Amino acid sequence: MSETRTLPTTRDEAWRYADGAALAAASPEALTGWHRLDVAPGETARHIGDADAGDIDRLRVHVGAGGRYEHFALLCEGHYTRREIEVTLDEGAHFEFGGVVLGDGEATREFVTRVVHAQPDATSNQLVRAVSRDRATANFLGRVEVARDAQKTDAGQNFRAILLNEGASANAKPELEIFADDVKCAHGAAIGAMDEAAAFYMAARGLPPEVARALLIRAFIADAFGAIDDEEARDAMIGRALAAFEAGHD
Amino acid sequence: MLEIANLHATVADKPILKGLSLTINAGEVHAIMGPNGAGKSTLGYTLGGRPGYEVTEGSATFEGQDLLELEPHERAAAGLFLGFQYPVEIPGVSFVQFLREAVNSQRKGRGEEPLSGGEFLRLAKDKAGLLKMDMDMLKRPVNVGFSGGEKKRAEMVQMGILDPRLAILDETDSGLDIDALRVVGEGINAIMRKPDKAVLLITHYQRLLDVVQPDFVHVLAGGRIVKSGGPELARQLEDEGYEAVVA
Ligand SMILES: Nc1ncnc2c1ncn2[C@@H]1O[C@H](COP(=O)(O)OP(=O)(O)OP(=O)(O)O)[C@@H](O)[C@H]1O
Ligand SMILES: [Mg+2]
Repeated sequence: MSETRTLPTTRDEAWRYADGAALAAASPEALTGWHRLDVAPGETARHIGDADAGDIDRLRVHVGAGGRYEHFALLCEGHYTRREIEVTLDEGAHFEFGGVVLGDGEATREFVTRVVHAQPDATSNQLVRAVSRDRATANFLGRVEVARDAQKTDAGQNFRAILLNEGASANAKPELEIFADDVKCAHGAAIGAMDEAAAFYMAARGLPPEVARALLIRAFIADAFGAIDDEEARDAMIGRALAAFEAGHD
Repeated sequence: MLEIANLHATVADKPILKGLSLTINAGEVHAIMGPNGAGKSTLGYTLGGRPGYEVTEGSATFEGQDLLELEPHERAAAGLFLGFQYPVEIPGVSFVQFLREAVNSQRKGRGEEPLSGGEFLRLAKDKAGLLKMDMDMLKRPVNVGFSGGEKKRAEMVQMGILDPRLAILDETDSGLDIDALRVVGEGINAIMRKPDKAVLLITHYQRLLDVVQPDFVHVLAGGRIVKSGGPELARQLEDEGYEAVVA
């Protein structure tokens, strides 16, 4: 008898905004496999940049008590690109996530996170910024689960997207599943056009539209990488994102 | 310097300016007063080229150029400064960063060499000092967390740095405390009261006009200039109100 493995489709909640054709074409390993990372109690692990990964990359992280995992990533390539991160936090552990999605052409690019606060006093903070143009789609699906005895959980997630033209899109899907009663979970999502008032104010002071836009986009993107302690690494990430943004523009 | 003739403009398809004419020569200070909703800010935005403010008839000529042909940033580079009634907050972009880009973009537009970091900071410090604003405030994001009065003061610091030929100042006085009003008024005089410059002050109050004394005062109502006069007109308006004076 052959092994039956159910492969995800866009009917699955966590894959609902994915590119259907890309899923059908992807290998079963890519769709169901996980990279794994263990952060020992009290230790810190940090990922800055983009993993040497395929279009679909799934990472499962366990953070021991008092440990810390930080992940900062930029999605700006590929027709369908998905970064899925599942993090389980033990007592007092912390997860920090900063993601930037730049969408152009017909691309679908998305971050999908699942943060499990398995024990008390763990904290998590997720900030995703997306800029979408042409007919691209940028998504953030963020699920937070708080276990029954995970009291004093503090979980935050925030998504903002700028759509540069009609036809570009972005989707936010925050999900909270909370079984403890003494928890703080904050989430926010906003999708909109470029700030027209700010753009005119800048123009009125003499900034050409492309310069004004670069300043606004830089500030917007920088939010997601603000938690990178190392200034050089932070500036490098912002610089890469901005360069990718400029390159994607005609 | 600026000649506006029979200007008609719509906002969201609604006619707001309905045949406005006004001539401003170099060396002059003009004040525009008028009831709420008359179209004063619309005049400023239209001259600044704000998207959505559509000119349907008439002309505006600035230093011999067709102003309405220029993009908003080109109007700034040509020497037009618009002081906003409600200055816009720009999170994540510092005043220093913003203004250095602005100065150098304008210089580039005029074919001038950019200012170095040091030169720009000296200029910014000088103008902040003129307006009695702490230089540290310019390190903060543009207008974010500034009080109403601080925003207006910051507008004038920007005007000092950008050194325009013509400044249209939309209620720069509202929101200022009594001392700040004097500082701002004297700042306007120091920066703009020059033979080759001109100012159009949009205001509701005589108090600013006591410091920045206008050569001409106009009443804008219903999208047109309905009355013009000297400084005495402002005082008459203050005493009697628009209805009595315009009727
Ligand atoms: N986006 C818009 N859509 C529709 N009407 C608008 C819009 N913007 C402005 N208006 C209208 O245009 C008219 C003129 O507004 P404007 O802001 O120019 O007045 P103002 O003279 O500056 O008034 P105030 O003294 O209150 O500042 C008002 O009736 C206002 O409601
Ligand atoms: Mg107004």
